Amino acid sequence: MVRLEKRPQPSKLWTYLTPLVAVICTMVAGGALFSLLGKNPVEAIATIFWEPLFGEFAFYYRPQLLIKGAPLVLIAIGLSLGFRAGIWNIGAEGQFIIGALTGAGVGLAFYPAEGWYIFPLMMIAGAFGGWVWAMIPAILRTRFGTNEILVSLMLVYVAEQLLAKMALGLLRNPDGHGFPGSRNFQQYPSGHNAELITGTGMHWGVVAALIAVIFAYVLLNRHILGYHIRLAGQAPRAARFAGVSPTRLVLFCLGTSGALAGLAGMFEVSGPAGQVSIDFNVGYGFTAIIVAFLGRLHPVGILLAGLLMALTYIGGEIAQSNLGLPAAAIQMFQGMLLFFLLAIDVLTNFRVRLSRREVV
Amino acid sequence: MKFVKHLAGAALALGLATSAMAQDKTKVGFIYVGPVGDGGWTYEHDKGRQAIEEAFGDAVETVYQESVPEGADAERAITQMALQGADLIFTTSFGYMDPTVNVAAKFPDVKFEHATGYKTADNVSTYSARFYEGRAIQGHIAGKMTKTNTIGYIASFPIPEVIRGINSAYIHAKKVNPDVQFKIIWAFTWFDPAKEADAATALIEQGADVILQHTDSTAPQAAAEKAGGVITFGQASDMSEYAPLPRVSSIIDDWGPYYVARTKAVMDGNWSTVQTWDGIGAGMVGIGEITDAVPADVKAEALAMKDAIASGEYHPFSGPLKKQDGSDWLAEGETADDGTLLGMDFYVEGLDGEIPN
Repeated sequence: MVRLEKRPQPSKLWTYLTPLVAVICTMVAGGALFSLLGKNPVEAIATIFWEPLFGEFAFYYRPQLLIKGAPLVLIAIGLSLGFRAGIWNIGAEGQFIIGALTGAGVGLAFYPAEGWYIFPLMMIAGAFGGWVWAMIPAILRTRFGTNEILVSLMLVYVAEQLLAKMALGLLRNPDGHGFPGSRNFQQYPSGHNAELITGTGMHWGVVAALIAVIFAYVLLNRHILGYHIRLAGQAPRAARFAGVSPTRLVLFCLGTSGALAGLAGMFEVSGPAGQVSIDFNVGYGFTAIIVAFLGRLHPVGILLAGLLMALTYIGGEIAQSNLGLPAAAIQMFQGMLLFFLLAIDVLTNFRVRLSRREVV
Repeated sequence: MKFVKHLAGAALALGLATSAMAQDKTKVGFIYVGPVGDGGWTYEHDKGRQAIEEAFGDAVETVYQESVPEGADAERAITQMALQGADLIFTTSFGYMDPTVNVAAKFPDVKFEHATGYKTADNVSTYSARFYEGRAIQGHIAGKMTKTNTIGYIASFPIPEVIRGINSAYIHAKKVNPDVQFKIIWAFTWFDPAKEADAATALIEQGADVILQHTDSTAPQAAAEKAGGVITFGQASDMSEYAPLPRVSSIIDDWGPYYVARTKAVMDGNWSTVQTWDGIGAGMVGIGEITDAVPADVKAEALAMKDAIASGEYHPFSGPLKKQDGSDWLAEGETADDGTLLGMDFYVEGLDGEIPN
């Protein structure tokens, strides 16, 4: 029979192999799903993975990968710090929304004034908004021992209500004929998160995501705080003996991930989305959780995972309109990726042994 | 600028390619806000798409993308359709307005049609239906049928279109039943079966025995069926699977004829920018069969009102009418102008509560 045996050390090989095997399994199972739907599986998979990168219109899709991937990477980097230390911020979606609201709010307060200082102020406000929203579960946990998973998740729904309220009220475009939604930042140069080089998709959010990757790498590998984070996750008791303060760690991890999520929201609202609208959030905060794990909680891994996730989104859209695949099939395809990742992850910590049933 | 040139180049190349093939295929794209199986709003738009295929057969090719979020993703989805050589693209939700206008500026040779918005361009038309005409008939039936004098209303977003519907239904319910009261729940969604079912249940618990909905799923119908003794109306689609009870009638969006006409215009090369706002008369708003659960005399009155609205003899917003705050709106014999209706942000006199903002 097949038996799982715990490895003394997590396997280095499987740590790197798992994401690749998961992607391959997803392709196989996804292909089977597509063929059950009556589509050519090879064509469907090729459309998803090939078309955005090397297809006829790749000049348009490649920059879109950065636009779609940047918020995922930025949020996932923040989440990964906490996840490593066993601090679970599941509410990045809410922090993303609040960051967008505070960032956009500051920008719109200056409208129609122009000035170089407006955009930096919006960035600070966005990061601050996300930080404040993440501080709620952080303080509740450190003061009262509440569960940060539940609190941060529930605050997403509160944030969504606030978003609707703002899109219909305070931030509504006064020239919008009573329709919901704020002014469009694309028509407000000082507050617009425009492409830095036209046609590349490179906006400030992409730059921020790259900087975050570098900082996270340095923090985790070269800084005592990063060492504490890793220690707290791997050996909580040892960490306590080493004098690591759990309170400080919770505040730091939740605060940083909140600030980064808020920043991502602010870049999104002032750039690609353009305006605060009721349906502004499309799940970046939740997808980023997948990205963080797909990237093995490693900064460089997250960067690659974010781009891969963006690829499945954009390729999935192309497959929808070109091949008539239903949207739900694409979502299932993305879900499979996380499923296989977690399933195959077992091999990192366990090895498979084929053995005969032993007599007791 | 290089990027724009790229796009323009691609559009031009496609333009040449498509005009070379113009004799055989016109490509029509659709962007949907919900899944095609929602049984309501998107379902009816997709029926309109199928009507195009039926009308022109091999001369057209239609493509669609469903459940497209309103915002940055919409702009990409629309751009993608234009890149793939669509000649005409229908964007079927209000939130696609700015993305549609943005993409249209990059593809001057592609025609765009945006539903329920107000921004137009040389290659962007808008279209919507006068759903409030159907609401008047619903209000009439609801006012006659309610025994508890309490009518529940599941509203989606506080935008003029939804507010118009509430006002129209209320005016006509009140006219036949002076004691009638409206309870309104704002769901802040167009499509969320769980939320809609919760809202319907809450309204029924508050004594409502008629449920009107401005959301797209059939969940409120199911909730009413479960509760018993409650009537409902199909929204956007006929929802006839819930007839004869709880669903006693419906407002049906019939986009087919409009879509076929606009596709024909693109094929014939005489498409031009228009702002269409049609109602029962033009056939864009249909009234689903009124079931036998409604007494014959009420049914006859409702059908008479439908005919009067269709012929233009009766306008659902006819004076004298006052606003909620008691100020005068329309004098005796006056009817509302389209400008006021399109931007409606107030309740009429008698409605309780405030419009959230």
